[in-house]
Amino acid sequence: MATVFILLLTIALATSLFLFRGFSQFLLSSVEEKADISVYFKEEISESDIFEFREKLSKVPEVRELRYISQEMALIDFTEKHKDNPVLMASLTEVGRNPFLASLNIMASEPGQYQAIADFLGGSDFTDLIEKVDYYQRKSVIERIFSLTSTINRSFLFLSIILALVAILITFNTIRLAIYNSREEIKIQRLVGASSWFIRGPFLVQGALAGILAALICLLISSLIIWGLSSKVETFFTDLDIFQFFITNFWQIILIQFATGILLGVISSFLATRRYLKL
Amino acid sequence: MISFQHVTKIYPRNTVAVEDVSFDVKEKEFVSIVGKSGAGKTTLLKLLLAEERPTQGKIFFDGRNINEIKPGKFPNFRREIGAVFQDYKLLPFKTTYENVAYALEVIGASDREIARDVPKVLEIVGLTEKANNFPQELSGGEKQRAAIARALIHRPEVILADEPTGNLDPYHSLDIIRLLLKIQEMGTTVILATHNREIINSLEKRVITLENGKVIRDEKKGRFIL
Repeated sequence: MATVFILLLTIALATSLFLFRGFSQFLLSSVEEKADISVYFKEEISESDIFEFREKLSKVPEVRELRYISQEMALIDFTEKHKDNPVLMASLTEVGRNPFLASLNIMASEPGQYQAIADFLGGSDFTDLIEKVDYYQRKSVIERIFSLTSTINRSFLFLSIILALVAILITFNTIRLAIYNSREEIKIQRLVGASSWFIRGPFLVQGALAGILAALICLLISSLIIWGLSSKVETFFTDLDIFQFFITNFWQIILIQFATGILLGVISSFLATRRYLKL
Repeated sequence: MISFQHVTKIYPRNTVAVEDVSFDVKEKEFVSIVGKSGAGKTTLLKLLLAEERPTQGKIFFDGRNINEIKPGKFPNFRREIGAVFQDYKLLPFKTTYENVAYALEVIGASDREIARDVPKVLEIVGLTEKANNFPQELSGGEKQRAAIARALIHRPEVILADEPTGNLDPYHSLDIIRLLLKIQEMGTTVILATHNREIINSLEKRVITLENGKVIRDEKKGRFIL
């Protein structure tokens, strides 16, 4: 029982590791997809200078889309977005003029190309026009998510390895006890010339069965948990359907669970029979 | 057929079990090994079964040096030697028939072979009537007969009997010895380790006497003298 339980924990952790990797990849790609670069121009820069700049920028191969937002548009967008917020509206009136800067919103063809565009902006002759570029803030968000997910991934992996070792030890001990309980039968098997695999076989099967049982229980529990959590997760991440992810990768998950269970069970049994079966 | 050449076995803590033992056993011979408890009788049989390795010396079986047999080949080698022990070593949850058949099952014999060979062997040891009885339903003598039947099933060249009468009364002891003699007459070498004086004296066969791990006597028609 303890063997199945510890195998179950290990398999569950291996499954979580797989699910979390999928989840973090989704998170990173969705953040990357939403990434863009906004170039804010100094207040005194004329629209014709900005258009000239836009013309040059559109020739940069990495740039997929350029959207110009004038000072007026920015003000309209802001008032539209925050019309229900009296505090913000009051402070806007207090300022007494349009405080927004004209900007160019740049979308790259691929997420990895933003750095090249940022480098172009930094090295161009137009730095005098630019008030600020807000790519770097997003970059740090991406980097933070990446480092967070990779830290969690590493922790999961580390825990999985520790648990796998504990599972091997406990299964090893269970098989050792089984060998001890069958010692008379093993003596007789040796006496009548049974081959080593004939004697070893039942213990390896016992280890594998514990792994299969643990994998089955884990599959059942993880399906229920994912199904139950699916709607709750969707309220936080609207595009993330973890149940769909689970279904899409169902065979892969089954493979991970059964392979982990059977491998751990058989490896521990094999080690125990090598150590304790005098053949 | 079997040759012990200057064999010494020393267990950990310098316990000398047998020391410089040399003797040969011919094909179809009946040899008794006698000695007090701890004289080294069982160690000799274990060495012959390749359960122990000698510290010094060589043991040959059919011209093969037993020490050089690889562990993977032990099962095949053990099928050539039938062994019988004082405590019978029968599986309690199997009938007499099943206990004997088990020795064939473990080597992957077919059902046909099992159905052909097991009744024959049970007939040789006189247990046909008890084929469907479990060990706890058999007398001591019958249990030992069942064990001998199992040892015979591989048609071994040699039967090793380690104190086979140790748990039996004089009547059943004689019964088992008669069976071993019959097996020898049928062409199998028998090596009997015992400290039963009456049996040895009635046999009038070759006797090797051990004392403190050494061979002190080896006589063609020996008696139990200690």
